[in-house]
Amino acid sequence: MRAVDFRTPTVGLDSVEHEARLLRLWEGDSGLKGFFGTVDHKRIGIRYIVTAFAFLALGGIEALVMRWQLARPNNTFLTPDQYNQLFSTHGMTMIFLYAGPILSGFSNYVWPLLIGSRDMAFPRMNALSYWVYLAAGIFLYVGFLTGNGPNDGWFNYVPYASRDYNPGLNEDFYALGMVFLGISTTVGAANFVVTAFRTRAPGMSINRLPIMVWGTLTASVANLLVIPAVSLAFLLLWLDRQYGTHFFDTNAGGQPLLWQHLFWIFGHPWVYAIVLPAMGMVSDGLPVFCRRPLVGYSLVALATVATMIFGFGVWVHHMFATGLPTLGLSFFSGASIAIVFPSAVAVFAWLATIWLGRPVITTAFMFFSSMIILFVIGGVSGFMTASVPVDWQLTDTYFVVAHLHYVLIGINVFPVLGATYFWFPKMTGRMLDERLGRWNFWLTFIGFNLAFLPMHLTGLLGMPRRVYTYNSDMGWDTLNLITTIGSFVLALGILLFVVNVLKSLRAGAPATANPWDAPTLEWSVPSPPPPYNFAVIPTVASRHPLWESRLKEDTVVSSLDRGLLLDEGKETVGTTALDAAPDMILEMPEDTVAPLLLAAGLAIVFIGLLLKIWSVVIIGGLITGLAILSWMWPRRELREREATHA
Amino acid sequence: MSATPLSYLDSAGARADTILPLTWFTIAVSVIVCVVIAILLWIAVARGTSSHDVDIRRVPVDRSGNGLRWINIGLAISAVPLLVTLVWTMVALAHAAGPPSNPALTIDVTPHQWWWGVRYNGKQPSDIFDTANEIHIPTGVPVLVRLHGADVIHSFWVPKLTGKTDAIPGQINLSWMQATAPGRYSGECTEYCGAQHAHMGLEVVAESPADFEHWRAGQLEAAPAATSASLQHGQQVVEYRCGLCHQVRGTRAGAQSGPDLTHLMSRRTLAAGVLPNNAGTVAAWIQTAQELKPGTLMPDQFLTSQELLDVQAYLETLK
Repeated sequence: MRAVDFRTPTVGLDSVEHEARLLRLWEGDSGLKGFFGTVDHKRIGIRYIVTAFAFLALGGIEALVMRWQLARPNNTFLTPDQYNQLFSTHGMTMIFLYAGPILSGFSNYVWPLLIGSRDMAFPRMNALSYWVYLAAGIFLYVGFLTGNGPNDGWFNYVPYASRDYNPGLNEDFYALGMVFLGISTTVGAANFVVTAFRTRAPGMSINRLPIMVWGTLTASVANLLVIPAVSLAFLLLWLDRQYGTHFFDTNAGGQPLLWQHLFWIFGHPWVYAIVLPAMGMVSDGLPVFCRRPLVGYSLVALATVATMIFGFGVWVHHMFATGLPTLGLSFFSGASIAIVFPSAVAVFAWLATIWLGRPVITTAFMFFSSMIILFVIGGVSGFMTASVPVDWQLTDTYFVVAHLHYVLIGINVFPVLGATYFWFPKMTGRMLDERLGRWNFWLTFIGFNLAFLPMHLTGLLGMPRRVYTYNSDMGWDTLNLITTIGSFVLALGILLFVVNVLKSLRAGAPATANPWDAPTLEWSVPSPPPPYNFAVIPTVASRHPLWESRLKEDTVVSSLDRGLLLDEGKETVGTTALDAAPDMILEMPEDTVAPLLLAAGLAIVFIGLLLKIWSVVIIGGLITGLAILSWMWPRRELREREATHA
Repeated sequence: MSATPLSYLDSAGARADTILPLTWFTIAVSVIVCVVIAILLWIAVARGTSSHDVDIRRVPVDRSGNGLRWINIGLAISAVPLLVTLVWTMVALAHAAGPPSNPALTIDVTPHQWWWGVRYNGKQPSDIFDTANEIHIPTGVPVLVRLHGADVIHSFWVPKLTGKTDAIPGQINLSWMQATAPGRYSGECTEYCGAQHAHMGLEVVAESPADFEHWRAGQLEAAPAATSASLQHGQQVVEYRCGLCHQVRGTRAGAQSGPDLTHLMSRRTLAAGVLPNNAGTVAAWIQTAQELKPGTLMPDQFLTSQELLDVQAYLETLK
């Protein structure tokens, strides 16, 4: 039983003295101690974003090297082994080290601001998930840079990944790195789920959540359910490789298809996990620039959840050619076709929002709105692969490569770039340059489509994926050259984005608190926000707290400058899961290096496992234990208080 | 050979024929959807935009129009092609899953890193023979292909005749094909299988039943006896060197970890499609396989020039 403290929190108005008191409470340590010990979701979010963009750049450079090799037939720029490690590392980087973490970064930064909280539910776990992500990313890249990168594609089918065919350390780096990275994703997902259900501002009932919160929440629940499958798969693979177990070894009763099931039970929901939050960015961002609320909020929120529920029942569409019984295939085929419906809800909601609104063309709007057509192109090609007999022809050709790039670049990168233009002023207090932004957008858009639209035809003309070269008598020469040119134009567009960010950081126009006149809570606080986010915890009465006077949708109005003060400690409010009625005072932790220490301990454990040096594993385990001990050590000031219900 | 030998936008046999119209239908639906949405998006942006460089904070906010109609109508229209596709998929799947009648011929195909082992079955043990990378079939009848996994996963694909079926260790997967007219149809391995996945082609040669029987009878023959001292020397080298991995029926070369060479020169290509097959390329392949197909399990042989000439001459007799 937990001792319960009661305290009735004060409700009051914001004031200068109040803000000064909060600043003293929330301002983290300065210097190196603050750098390594911070638990501020804003600093962690920006670290996530910067790290993920760095991995995007690395994955992009790998792609350019591959496109150089494929620009003409029978090219010998790369050896087969170099090419195979490059395409595997490119996939691993983009899917695991960029696409997921970049969305975690944005959600980390904006969630508490969107939902009127002073931080995530578990700030130290937040720091842990970042440090583990960084450590796992470095771990995986040490493999690549020492010539031991993954070489069996990102989905890593056995038996090619087994020791008989793959004797090097390549697959050990990948297997252990993925188990390691899974810790970060799991910790982060748990944090998002609790944050969404327990730390929303009073009055922000579940039907007032921004769609991006719905997206990340749905993705996080899915991650909690499916990450164990992939972590298990990689662990079994490592045991097969290093300890002679036979999970995937047919000679001893194992099954190669077990790998594919475990991987895709994770893999397909993961695809939705890396697009649903990004679709949420569009659902929240587009209406701002269309000057009207999103059409069909409830349907879009439900469609987000429905997509994921369907998403659990479609993994076998990656395995249509594996010889499974056709009755089973037809179920997964039907489910994969049906998943078009929730996606169509989002598309028509966005279209109607633009049609009925007064669109203001900004760079962010261009990225968000162009995403709609890229989403549709990626969607219809997915619908084609959902039909089993058609997929028997399409699968493992460049058609699928085109499809998945429309999904990942179209539905992840484009919204993320738009979201950067949208939220950069909030994060930095400076606007990104709109003129450079136009160049950035058009080069990215034209380059991307030039590279990947013709690639559908390359696939229909039969070019198999994952080939390091091809003959000139196959009819693919011109198409491949066009794709290579397009990919370099796309890279130029991304380069301009980086230039714009660096330039605007130093010399961008200063941003006001709400430069876009947007409706949600993050725009009610200064740009950049103070460490405590909200001086008083807002009380929310609608989905658009800052547009209420103009939309006249409720007789009750949100209260932004009068609310819970919570200035007697580092505190925020805990609310009930559905109605967001205030429930308890959450005591938030101070800066601490325990998460960093824990991540470092884990990294040492994984290095020890990789090299099979047990003394290193034990040292890493001891550091991990110490970090947990210092983390969990009871502290009186962290005891939660239940508010008396007045 | 067509200009795009692996294209599946045309077909040449019953199984691929069943799939092709559905492929075209889904392509048509997809293109129409993309065009319609692109036009709607374009109009939506164009009609509402007042002027450029407007300060967003001066544009009023309101909630106008019944947007839900868009979603309702949009979903209703989308449902039609989706349902048609669903039903058509099930029908096509039922037709394409298995051959329409009992197969006239069963072939066991075992893909290896990076070549295709092919075994023809017969009623008698003496009717069974092996070949590699080139599959002959009679036209007009369904042919069953049993796919065996030997090392890693590969996928059998002859786009003009049949979609993909994986060959997975520990299980036997079935595919089938039926060619309408005589011709050569290209195939490829389409599951990533290691260093030389890019060079793992196969060829299906469809020929009239009479031609097929003629070919089959020829393949059943053992290798001809070496008739000169030079050929005998060639055969000797083949037995002691090549015979460690390859089989030449009728000689002491009896291993089966590489392609069967008994009728090597009857095949059009060498090394699973890497080279055209003639005396010159055979010699080049023997001496510099690692350069021609880096990573192949065939080692460079370093034969003396006399050995090479004799081996070359001997192999040329394996028609």
